[in-house]
Amino acid sequence: MDRRIFGLETEFGLNYVPSDGRRLTPEDAARHLFRPVVAWGRSSNVFLNNGSRLYLDVGSHPEYATAECDQLLQLIAHDRAGETVMLDLVEQAEEQLLEEGHEGRLFLFKNNVDSAGNSYGCHENYLIPRKVEFKRLADMLIPFLVTRQLLCGAGHLVQVEDETKYVFSQRADHMWEGVSSATTRSRPIINTRDEPHADAEYHRRLHVIVGDSSMSETTQLLKIGATDLVLRLIESGEIYHDLRLENPIRSIRNISHEFTGQTVVRLMSGDEPTALQLQWKILELVKGFVARHGAHHDQVERVLELWERVLVAVESQDFSLIDQDIDWAIKHKLITGYAAKNNLALDSHRIAQLNLTYHDIDPTRGLFHLLRRRGLASSVLDPQAIADAVENPPATTRAAVRSKFIRAARETGRRYSTDWVHMKYEEGEGGVVLCKDPFATTNSAVDELIEMMRRPV
Amino acid sequence: MTQENFSARRENQAQPVEAEQVQVNTAGTSAGVDDLLDEIDSVLESNAEEFVRGFIQKGGQ
Repeated sequence: MDRRIFGLETEFGLNYVPSDGRRLTPEDAARHLFRPVVAWGRSSNVFLNNGSRLYLDVGSHPEYATAECDQLLQLIAHDRAGETVMLDLVEQAEEQLLEEGHEGRLFLFKNNVDSAGNSYGCHENYLIPRKVEFKRLADMLIPFLVTRQLLCGAGHLVQVEDETKYVFSQRADHMWEGVSSATTRSRPIINTRDEPHADAEYHRRLHVIVGDSSMSETTQLLKIGATDLVLRLIESGEIYHDLRLENPIRSIRNISHEFTGQTVVRLMSGDEPTALQLQWKILELVKGFVARHGAHHDQVERVLELWERVLVAVESQDFSLIDQDIDWAIKHKLITGYAAKNNLALDSHRIAQLNLTYHDIDPTRGLFHLLRRRGLASSVLDPQAIADAVENPPATTRAAVRSKFIRAARETGRRYSTDWVHMKYEEGEGGVVLCKDPFATTNSAVDELIEMMRRPV
Repeated sequence: MTQENFSARRENQAQPVEAEQVQVNTAGTSAGVDDLLDEIDSVLESNAEEFVRGFIQKGGQ
C-alpha cells in the first residue's frame, strides 16, 4: 500500500516509590494515576481530543494507543504525545497523593519487563489489503521480525545460564509462538485477531506484538519504516526468497542472547544463515524493490541508510556507528561505560537500576532523556510536533473525524461514546455513525450527528 | 463537563521541556564523561536494590 494506516499501542510500567515508607499496590497507583481521566470521561477507557485512546489495560498497565496515522513522523509524534499525556497524569497524581498524606514519587517506564520478569507490550498495527494471503504474509514477515531486534531492540540484561549478559531485546524471552490469536496466555510474534477497524472486505489489521518499546525516535523510525518497507515488498506479490525458519521462537531467543549477530538460524529449506546474513538478505531485497518502484515517502532513504548502518555496526562490532541512534546501542554504551568507571559487574543492583531508569519517561531524571539533553542521543522530531500531537489529531486520517466529534460533543455537554469506528450520540433521538474508512478525514453523517447534538432535545 | 481536557498544565506548557537542548557536547573528553556520570548519579534514587526490586507489575499483553 502506498498509503498505510499505522498505530502504536504502548503499555507503560508503573511504580510508586514512597519516601515515607508507605507503599501502594500497583492497582492503587494506577487508580490514582487515572483519577483525572475518570473525572473527565467517566471511565478509565477514553478517547482523547487528539483521537488517541487512553486506558488501563490488563494488569493495571496504563496504555496509550495512538490515533490512526498515515505518515512515519506523524506516528512518532503521536506516540511521544502519549508520554506527555502520561507525565501530566503523574504530576496530578503525585499532588493528589501528597494531599492524602502519601509522600513519594511515581515512575512510568516505557520498557517491556519488570523486575520479576512479567512482560508487557508495545504493539504495532499496520493496515494491509485483505487480498494478501495471510499465511504467505506471515511466512515472509516472521523471519524479518525475528531478526529485527538487531535493528531496534531496546537492550536488556538477562541471566543466561550463570552469567548476566547484555542482550538485544526485552521481548524476545517472552515470546512463545509464531502466529496466534492470543496475547496474554501465549504471546505470539504476530497476533491474528482480525479486527480491522476498517472495511473488512478490503482491509485487515496486522497486529505485531513482538517489538520492544522505543525510547529513541530514531529507533522508532527504523522499526516502523523498515517493517512498512518489508510489507510493501510482500504486498507486491514479487517472488521472495524462501526464508521460513524452522523454529522462530528458539531463534528469536538465541539471536537476542548473541550480541555479535552471528547466531546460526536454521531455515525450513535446510540452509543455516546467521541472523546478520538474514538481515542483509532482506535489506538487499528491499533496496532492490525501492530501486525498481521508487521511494513512496520522504523518509525512505533515511530508513535504508540507518538499516544498513546498523548491520555494518553489528558486523564490525563497532557500535560507535549507531550509539546515538539505536536504543540497544545507546543503552549499551551507557551501561558499559558506567560499569567500567565504577568497577561494577553487570549483575550489580546499580546496573540493573540504570537498565530500568533508561526507560523512565520523566524528562529530567530519565537516563535516555538525560543523554539526549547532552547531545548523546538523536531525535527526529521538532519538539513542537509533539506538543501539537498532544492537542490535535493527525489531520490526514479518520482520527480527524473522531476528534471533531469528541470536541463537539463535549462542548454541548451531551452524552456520547466513541470507539475506533463508531461515533454515538446517546441522548434525544440519538444516533450512531459507522466510520469504516480510516483514510476519510470528513464524514457528513457525523457532521449531521453534531448538528443534532447542538439542537435542544 | 465543558472542560477541554483533563490536563492540569496546558496553560503553562507553552515551552515543552524537550526544547531545552543543552548544546555542550563534551562527550569525547574524560571531563565530559566524569561530568555525565556525576549527573547520572545525581538523578538516580539512592537505594538501587530496593528501587529495582520494588518494580513488580502484573503481566500485560
